[in-house]
Amino acid sequence: MSFKIPYRAGFSVALLAAMVAATSAFADEPTVNKGDNAWMLVSTVLVLLMTIPGLALFYGGLVRAKNMLSVLTHVFYTVCIVTLIWAIYGYSLTFTGGSSLIGGFSKAFLAGVTTDSKAATFSVGANISELVYICFQMTFAAITPALIVGAFAERMKFSALALFIPLWVTFIYFPIAHMVWYWAGPDAIDTAVKALAAATDDAAKKTAQAALDEVMADAGLIFSWGAIDFAGGTVVHINAGIAGLVGAIMVGKRTGFGKELMPPHSLTMTMIGASLLWVGWFGFNAGSNLEATGTAALAMTNTFVATAAAAMSWMFVEWMVKGKPSLLGALSGCIAGLVAVTPASGFAGPMGAIVLGLVAGAVCLFFCSAVKNALGYDDSLDVFGVHCVGGIIGALATGILVNPALGGTGIFDYTVGKIADYDFVTQMTAQIKAVLLTLVWSGVGSAILYFIVNLIVGLRVSVDKEREGLDLTDHGERAYNM
Amino acid sequence: MKIVMAVIKPFKLDEVRDALTAIGVHGMTVTEVKGYGRQKGHTEIYRGTEYAVSFLPKLKIEVAVASNQVDKVIDAITGAAKTGQIGDGKIFVFGLDHAVRIRTGETDASAL
Repeated sequence: MSFKIPYRAGFSVALLAAMVAATSAFADEPTVNKGDNAWMLVSTVLVLLMTIPGLALFYGGLVRAKNMLSVLTHVFYTVCIVTLIWAIYGYSLTFTGGSSLIGGFSKAFLAGVTTDSKAATFSVGANISELVYICFQMTFAAITPALIVGAFAERMKFSALALFIPLWVTFIYFPIAHMVWYWAGPDAIDTAVKALAAATDDAAKKTAQAALDEVMADAGLIFSWGAIDFAGGTVVHINAGIAGLVGAIMVGKRTGFGKELMPPHSLTMTMIGASLLWVGWFGFNAGSNLEATGTAALAMTNTFVATAAAAMSWMFVEWMVKGKPSLLGALSGCIAGLVAVTPASGFAGPMGAIVLGLVAGAVCLFFCSAVKNALGYDDSLDVFGVHCVGGIIGALATGILVNPALGGTGIFDYTVGKIADYDFVTQMTAQIKAVLLTLVWSGVGSAILYFIVNLIVGLRVSVDKEREGLDLTDHGERAYNM
Repeated sequence: MKIVMAVIKPFKLDEVRDALTAIGVHGMTVTEVKGYGRQKGHTEIYRGTEYAVSFLPKLKIEVAVASNQVDKVIDAITGAAKTGQIGDGKIFVFGLDHAVRIRTGETDASAL
């Protein structure tokens, strides 16, 4: 019972402070809306569902039966280890101030975070519980490395993965998430703007301006470039996608690739996984609004229509080119659409989202067949072809579709309190810079980490073990005992 | 005594069993196998990767019968399993030295 006391003391102090603040002519204290909190609690759980069992089954069904369990274990392990790392230091490194590249350790061990702590949303004066925000972002930190495992499935040692994941989230994910998503928040900006407006003489104006400049500078590098990414097209998909490609190349092709039959052992499981991914993605996209407002509903709408368009696009193109419409094609198109709409979900109009889906489905199909076969790399589960390529399409399309003239929402400028004017060149430059920095940071950084892991434990199982199957050799179990 | 082994198309199992029962053969062992002869396989495509699948699912039926029954058994199986299409299968006959019924210990002809 004793642990309740600090919280209650904190609550009393906060209540007292609120009462004092209310009586003074200070700025309004942001409030936590129970509806927003409830929505974010649900969104968090939806995103967890995306990874376990959504992604796990999606990937698992695509590999051979002898490796099913190893894929499930790779994904499950990733969720667990990243959850712990996030709580201990990940949240702090990503979402506190520090430099424009990475935050600091001020909230390591969640120091200072209580049940009363609040986190900003995208509306001035509206907050959510910080603990909800921590958990929500935790699920993003977990799914991103989990996506990578598909690239080197069926041949990567579990011990290598176990070491790689913590290194990767620390040196690649946390910095990129910080660069794209960290900012001081609308409340801090609004307070500084109001202080500047209230300043009367030149000296006061100068101080107030300096304060505002400081608040605006307290943001990630890519964020301050003006690049927009609503739910993580860059942070999650391009990031994981390029790390996957590098891994597929460095770990090497599966033994017998190109000669032996390696068809998916259960497209039934893959369909279950893809369906859970789609359902969960509403938490991923609509939840990234941080409030249960019309923008969340827009993100939901886009997550419906872009996905459906991409699934149909892939399926019909495949039907025309290969002769038969495949379920795997429809499911792959569905995921490609989800990936592409992720950065655009809260910015694009629904019709723009449909066009985005149609394009993403066809282009990703092209990369997963023609380009992959031409270049000859073994990206077992098309992590690059779907997530990296889809993410790049989405990131660039977001720069186009955010334009109010195309049905987009435009970007809100908190310093002037209204939607900023859209400029195609400025916005696209920012988007392209964001894509390039992510590709380089993640591509090169991941290569270094794979190299280090290879030195310490070795990346790949032996050929004999690979032939027998990782379920037995790495885990001593079978996925199926029939 | 002989073992008659037949590799047939899977959907023909019930017809073959009925035909064998009709001539007095009441036991058999069935295994799921893969194989090919003159019947070509098919191509499966998974996300741009094509697989040529030449092994086709078949069923292998084995019955142990008296030597003077072999011709009747072959006729029964052929009649039931034939479709006229390539891939109907083949029948092989092996010599059988001994047979034992485990429950009673009966041997040879009384074990069949």
